[in-house]
Amino acid sequence: MSTPKKRSHQIILFVLLAILALFFLAPMLIVFMNSFKSKFFISSEPFKFPNADTFTGRENYIEGARKIKFANAFGYSLFITVFSVIGISLATSMLGWYLTRVKTWFTTTVYYLLVFSMIVPFQMVMFTMSKTANMLHLDNPIGILVLYIGFGAGLGTFMFSGFIKTIPLSLEEAAMIDGATAPQTFFMIVYPMLKSTAITVAILNAMWVWNDYLLPYLTIGIEYKTIPVAIQYLRGGYGAVDMGAMMAMLVLAMIPIIIFYLAMQKHIIQGVIAGAVKG
Amino acid sequence: MQKSIQKYAALFVLPALTCFVIAFLVPMIMGVVLSFFRFTTVLDGHFIGMENYRRIFIDREFTNALIFNIRFTLISVVTINLGAFALALLLTAGIKGTNVFRTIFFMPNLIGGIVLGWIWNLIINGVLYSKGMTVVSDPKYGFWGLVVLMNWQNIGYMMVIYIAGIQNIPVELIEAAKIDGAGQGTLLKSVIIPSIAPSITICTFLTLTSGFRLFDQNLALTAGDPGKQTEMLALNIFNTFYGRTGFEGVGQAKAVLFTILVALIALTQLAFSRKREEEAA
Repeated sequence: MSTPKKRSHQIILFVLLAILALFFLAPMLIVFMNSFKSKFFISSEPFKFPNADTFTGRENYIEGARKIKFANAFGYSLFITVFSVIGISLATSMLGWYLTRVKTWFTTTVYYLLVFSMIVPFQMVMFTMSKTANMLHLDNPIGILVLYIGFGAGLGTFMFSGFIKTIPLSLEEAAMIDGATAPQTFFMIVYPMLKSTAITVAILNAMWVWNDYLLPYLTIGIEYKTIPVAIQYLRGGYGAVDMGAMMAMLVLAMIPIIIFYLAMQKHIIQGVIAGAVKG
Repeated sequence: MQKSIQKYAALFVLPALTCFVIAFLVPMIMGVVLSFFRFTTVLDGHFIGMENYRRIFIDREFTNALIFNIRFTLISVVTINLGAFALALLLTAGIKGTNVFRTIFFMPNLIGGIVLGWIWNLIINGVLYSKGMTVVSDPKYGFWGLVVLMNWQNIGYMMVIYIAGIQNIPVELIEAAKIDGAGQGTLLKSVIIPSIAPSITICTFLTLTSGFRLFDQNLALTAGDPGKQTEMLALNIFNTFYGRTGFEGVGQAKAVLFTILVALIALTQLAFSRKREEEAA
């Protein structure tokens, strides 16, 4: 461990990693730096620090937030993400348990349809889904929850039933022999055991819904702009993009994600690995 | 027990299933059917057989998007996986600060595609500014811009999967190889790489699939410019649906072909992992 040769080797690797880390952080830092520059200097000198001529303070933030109504966008994004995640976790854990414990042609068919839905790209159903959502009046922040639960049903059910298969039946049987009904057994016995899977499902879905662009754009994008829709809206028609406002809004969009990540890092990385390996 | 659970079928099944039928199943069936119809809204279709599929190829848009997408995906799969594997090796070598580095490298993966696209729009335009060009001046800038963006987003993600794979290798296996006199190169080639073969399969297919499905980043970075030359499949389908009146059916037919392509990749992965499990058993 501590031979001089080995130690110098370690120092070289450490420096190499530090340089790489800087390269990974640089794009975000450059955006942050430019968010305080006047929009007239952003495209001509994006890699220079703001100076007396180019510094504009909070102006880009105020202008950007006004243009895209950032506070509203944040509210819609938060509302839709939180309630979609709750809905998906609850609905798919219940379905996952039912499909694992009840074996009929019906449950098998539903299970395979759900698995199939995971490999179908969104473009396949994009047009027909948004028309259906329109006809059923799901084109509002509450209706869109139905769509998210529907699209999230595949992965959620798949992950919950994958875990439930590993739980021994005896506990549930004992509860039911003692007279517990199926809902009592599920919520008192099974649900508490699903905690780690529920965290994984919640994290994967939170990341997906929060960052999702097309689904909210197509269904509720005119009246209720979530953060990604609002940011893309800054591009407007064919006019030039206000890069000052854009930089400020990118920073505001990244801050909640970075806070969430730093607070839940361990769960997030484990969740993403579990999702990748099982999905 | 099965009987007493079945009494509550409606409670357990209906919430998720109803949403699934509305959001996915009905639109999916309608989508397949409508790919054989001419329509502008979903209720005014005329059956036209394979006509939509024929019209996909009346211009070179779709073929160009397919070629661009294949080139983009193949290069990205290679560079992402090499980069991620190299980082995973460095981060399992017992260097100080490993956790901080892992946190940093993974971070871009959490940022949404639209935001990512605009971040790199700024940076690439900044680099090209001195030449008087932007990311949409020449398709090659858009192409390499998307490759760099994709690498930045996915290297950290694949890295954590490779790290998990490397950490699962039994310590005794590595010790034994060292005692037998294996050098770093042999260790890598004969112990580490064969042991993490499942991780390699997962990461290859994950990057392959996300490369073909890429949409948000494509829209925000280049929006397909100049002149549709950096348009990938998903964006081309979107623009066919919403950018060309009278082409809704063609868009739907393209979506069916796109789905078949993505499904084939998924089935290949399934066959791969099945084969490996059988070999292991």
